[in-house]
This record gives sequence, structure tokens and C-alpha cells, in this order.
Amino acid sequence: MAEIVLKAIDVVKEYPSPHGPAVLAVRGGTIELAAASTLGIVGESGCGKSTLARLLVGLEQPTSGRVELMGEVAAGKVQLVFQDPFSSLNPRLTVLAALNEVLSVHKVAPNRGKRRARAEELLAMVALAPRFGERYPHELSGGQAQRVAIARALAVGPEVLVLDEPTSALDVSVRAEVMNLLTRLQDELALSYVFISHDLAMVRHISDVIAVMYLGKVVESGPYEAVLGSPFHPYTRALAEAVPVPDPELEASRRRGAVGEAISLSAEPASGCPYHPRCPLAEDLCRAQAPALLELRPGHAAACHVAARAEARLVSDPCL
Amino acid sequence: MSAPGPAREPLLSLRGVAIGARHRRHSAEIVRGVDLEVFASEKLGIVGESGSGKTLTVLSVLRLLPDPPIKLLRGNITFAGTDLSHLDEKGLEGIRGAGIAMVYQDPMTSLNPLLRVRTQIVETLRAHGVDKGTAHARCREVLAQVGLPDPRRVERAYPYELSGGMLQRVMIAIALAVSPRLLIADEPTTALDVTIQEQILELVEEIQAQTGMAVVWVTHDLGVVARIVDKVVVMYAGRIVERAPTRQLFARPSHPYTLALLGSLPTTATGHRQPLTQIGGTPPDPAHLERGCPFRARCPFVIGRCSEEEPPLLDRGPDVAAACWRSPDEWPR
Repeated sequence: MAEIVLKAIDVVKEYPSPHGPAVLAVRGGTIELAAASTLGIVGESGCGKSTLARLLVGLEQPTSGRVELMGEVAAGKVQLVFQDPFSSLNPRLTVLAALNEVLSVHKVAPNRGKRRARAEELLAMVALAPRFGERYPHELSGGQAQRVAIARALAVGPEVLVLDEPTSALDVSVRAEVMNLLTRLQDELALSYVFISHDLAMVRHISDVIAVMYLGKVVESGPYEAVLGSPFHPYTRALAEAVPVPDPELEASRRRGAVGEAISLSAEPASGCPYHPRCPLAEDLCRAQAPALLELRPGHAAACHVAARAEARLVSDPCL
Repeated sequence: MSAPGPAREPLLSLRGVAIGARHRRHSAEIVRGVDLEVFASEKLGIVGESGSGKTLTVLSVLRLLPDPPIKLLRGNITFAGTDLSHLDEKGLEGIRGAGIAMVYQDPMTSLNPLLRVRTQIVETLRAHGVDKGTAHARCREVLAQVGLPDPRRVERAYPYELSGGMLQRVMIAIALAVSPRLLIADEPTTALDVTIQEQILELVEEIQAQTGMAVVWVTHDLGVVARIVDKVVVMYAGRIVERAPTRQLFARPSHPYTLALLGSLPTTATGHRQPLTQIGGTPPDPAHLERGCPFRARCPFVIGRCSEEEPPLLDRGPDVAAACWRSPDEWPR
């Protein structure tokens, strides 16, 4: 069993709402991240995946539950990379100045000369030539700007990167470049990633373990092949089916219509499984009682009454 | 004008369309030499990255370019036998809606924030000569048709009260309310969740099957292209670099850019965590192109001629054309 570097235990994040009850963005998620591996988190807008990202890096404090850094991992060793590199970079700082700022704030390098050397090293790590150091964000392409954002996250020598939709704002032709950079850096620096995206193809490509979130809860988790290849949860299945694949032959042969109606957070049903109003398999039990996340096969867990019964080998110990 | 001819008369045709900014004697062309045809009940996909000119191309059809500074510099645009490029504003009013309806990527900016959804739909219908009673009934009908869960609540809502996905469905409801002959959709599902996207794709297909509406779908998502359209044009740096029937495009791309785009996507066949095929460099600024092929700096198959002369669209088989000097058979393996 690989060493665990980051653990979120029963984290709940509640936002007060001016009208009506508080919004529960994350409701009782438990997540483990193994060293030098990638945990992919997928789900649709409003499922709480970005809130979870902010909880993991400490940008938000959970309402209840806790986030634990394990072993050698110290605070500040978890860094976040955002979706839009241009809005996360200061437009008035050159690339070098931006890196310098992080290096001096975190006291990574003692003097100017050392900081400069380290900044150039960081640029080299993300495969940007030294001349990019003199550029301002508006002089960079989307792919280059995202590299700078990654270099800045690497400046403090992190153990964990939380990547929140790191390729979604990029042009199709530069996404591959950023993905290749991320896998290379992970191998070289033994980084652990939390890779959050709605792009299932990218998540499948990079993740070792995938967690599927729905209305603030993890509804399925496990090794990537198991979760996307033979999903337990009807929501995971609907999600995988709804993603159009770049293959017209395959598209023509796919069966559609299992998607069901999307509902907003506030429309969560009063009782039972949060997915039951959309679920084609819903039965009385689903309307009455919320299913727990159960490990149905080794390492592969789902929160679904129907799947649990079908699997019939109930292990009451919730994993992940 | 030719006589209303056989069935193979295109519903929409663009000929030699160039779009750009003209300042005194200088003109910067952002879109050049675009020819395309859409027939009744056909679904055409326009694929390209940001800045490729795909949005400007479709905006030019209904003269919706941000003029000034950007305007149609040259070319002819014909819809159902009518030359749109010389039509006055009044004439265009007659085409917009029942002739050609448009749906944009961002629904927030296309709806009036001060009016209830119902008012906006009914207004559109009334502008197309539908009487008041019928318009109200039809309003609820189209809202239900686009899969909005509670049409009675939605029609009374103001735009800010609805989510992005719901608003986009309202926009599509407005577009479809007047049964257009052609729907132009500019990245209408890009901001939406995949399950909502799937519902909208199904809806458009269903309506298309019922009414024979033609569709132009602008997107950067090759999955959506594979899912919904019959034929594709690929745009790069302001011009069409490949046109082909959808299956052909995916099975045997004829332009190196198309090949590279397809290769850069992770699929189930791509090895887990294995390097994806990168396209080095970035697209050139279409307003400042150098001599030769605009893709040559990123192209793995470049030859001497590519830096001297820009290739025109060359025939590469039935209904297939690509702006590349080399046929796919000549590409090094």
C-alpha cells in the first residue's frame, strides 16, 4: 500500500445563503491521496469539486471535518493551479518577477542571485526558454501562461499539486503539451496530484484513482479502469455515456438517453439517495434512504443501493 | 439568379468570404477565402481553435459582425436564393428568426436581464406574426420541449434566477420557437455540463428530424463533431484548411493540422499516462501572416514549397479537400 500524503476526513463545507438554508457545497467527503500518484475528481458544475480543491490546499476551512497532511508533508507544500492562467497571473509582473515574488515570500532562496538562478531553473523545468522570463502575461500564449502558473506552484517545492481544470481554458492543440508536462514533472519530482476536471478523457489519461462527485458527495471511487470501464454508480455511467468521443463510428453505435434531468444543488431531494430523481434504476429504498459509500470490490467503492445489492458482497467498511 | 432548381440547391452558401478591419488603405484580413455550402436538413460542423475565424464567419451571415471595426470585406452570402450581402437591414429582419436562427455561447449576454423569460419568447413569436394567445401557449410548449423541468416557473423567471444551463436552453427554445430553416449554433454547449449538452444535442437532432432544419454547429470539440454533424470544415488562421464528410475526416484526415488535432486527444486507445502527440508552437495571428502556408511552422510534413506558396484547397477525393501541398499518401509515416 502506497504512503498516503493527504487525507480529507469527513469534510463538510457550508456556505450561508441569504435566502433559505445554507448551501452544502461539500458534504462529508473522505478522500485519500497516495504519494506520487494522481487522484482524479470528476463531476459536473455545482458538484463541489472546486470547493473540495480549495479545502485541500487550505484556501477554505471546512465547516466540519479536517484535512490532514501526512508524514513529511508540511503546510505550504500543497499548491493549487487554477483553470485560467491569465486571471491567476498578475498582468503587471514579468514572469521572472512573478516567480521572484513567490521565492522571496516563502523565503525559498536567501538572496537575489539565488532567487534568479532558482527562477531560471523553474522555467527550465516547465520547458520555457530563459527569454520568457522577461515577458508579461499578455505576451504569452495560453499554454505558455499555464506553464508559468505551474512553475510558480513548483517554486516552493511542493509535494502535492491540486490542479483545478488545468487544461479546460486552453486551446485543444496546446492541451496535450500541458498534459505531457504534468506527467513528466510528476515522474521527475515524485509529485502527487489532485486532478479536477469535467473532461473525462483527460482524467482517465492521467489518474490512478478516480473519485466521482455528485451534489457535494463522492458517489464512486476506485482505480481509473474500474470506475470508467465498469462503473457501479448509474451517475458515473450517465456521465461516461454523455461525453461525446471523437470517433463517428463509435458515436453512431452508442445508445443514448440515460442521462436524465439535471438538478441544481438546492433541488436536492428531501430524503434518500441524492441521485434518485434522475436515476433510471431508482426504487423505493433509494427514495427513502441515502446509500453509504461502500467498497463493493477491492478498492472500488460506490454509494448505490442497487449496485450494492447486485454486487452482493457487502463490505461495511467504507473506503476512501 | 438561377431558377429555383433541383433539390441540390444549397440553403446557405458562402463564396469567397473575407472578413477583417479596413483602416484607410490598410486592411487586415482575419478570415479569407471562405467557401461553404449547407443544404436543407444537413448538419455542418465548423471546427477550429480560438482565433481561427469560425465565429466571425458565422456572424457575417446575418451581418452581426462588430462593425466597426470588423466587417465583411469581400464575398457573397446567399440564403435560399437571396443575396444577404446586399440586403438592407429591413430585409435581414425577415431572414433572422424564421429563416436563420442563432444561438451563442454565452446566454447571459443574449437575453435581456430586465425582462421575464416569457416576455422575451412571446416577443420573438409576435415579431414573427404569431397572435398573442398562440404565442403564450407556444412559449410553454417550447420550454418543455428543451427539457426545462418546470416551464411554468421558468417562464415567469428573470434571467438571473436561472442557471447557465437553463438559460442556454431558454436561448435554444427561443431559436427553435419560430421553426427556423437553418440553426446556427456557436459553441452553444461549451459552457454546459456534458449531461445537459447531451440533452441539447438530442433535442436538436429530434427537431431536425421533424422539420428538416439545417444546422451549422461551431465548436472546438471534436467529440461533439463526431456526435452530431454530417460534414465538417476545419478552420485554421482564418481560412478553411480541410473539408470532408465527418467519418472521412476522422478516419483519414487530409490536412496535417487535422491529423495533429486528432492525435493530441487522449482516447481509450492511448496508453495510460503515455505522452500525447503535441502540436508544437502556437497558431499565427491571421492578420499578420507571412508568405507560404500558415501551418508550416507547426507542420511535421513541411517541404520547400510550403514556405513559398500558400496551398489552395486541393481535391483529395469525393467531397474532400485540403489546403496542403502534399496528399496524405505522401506524408512520411
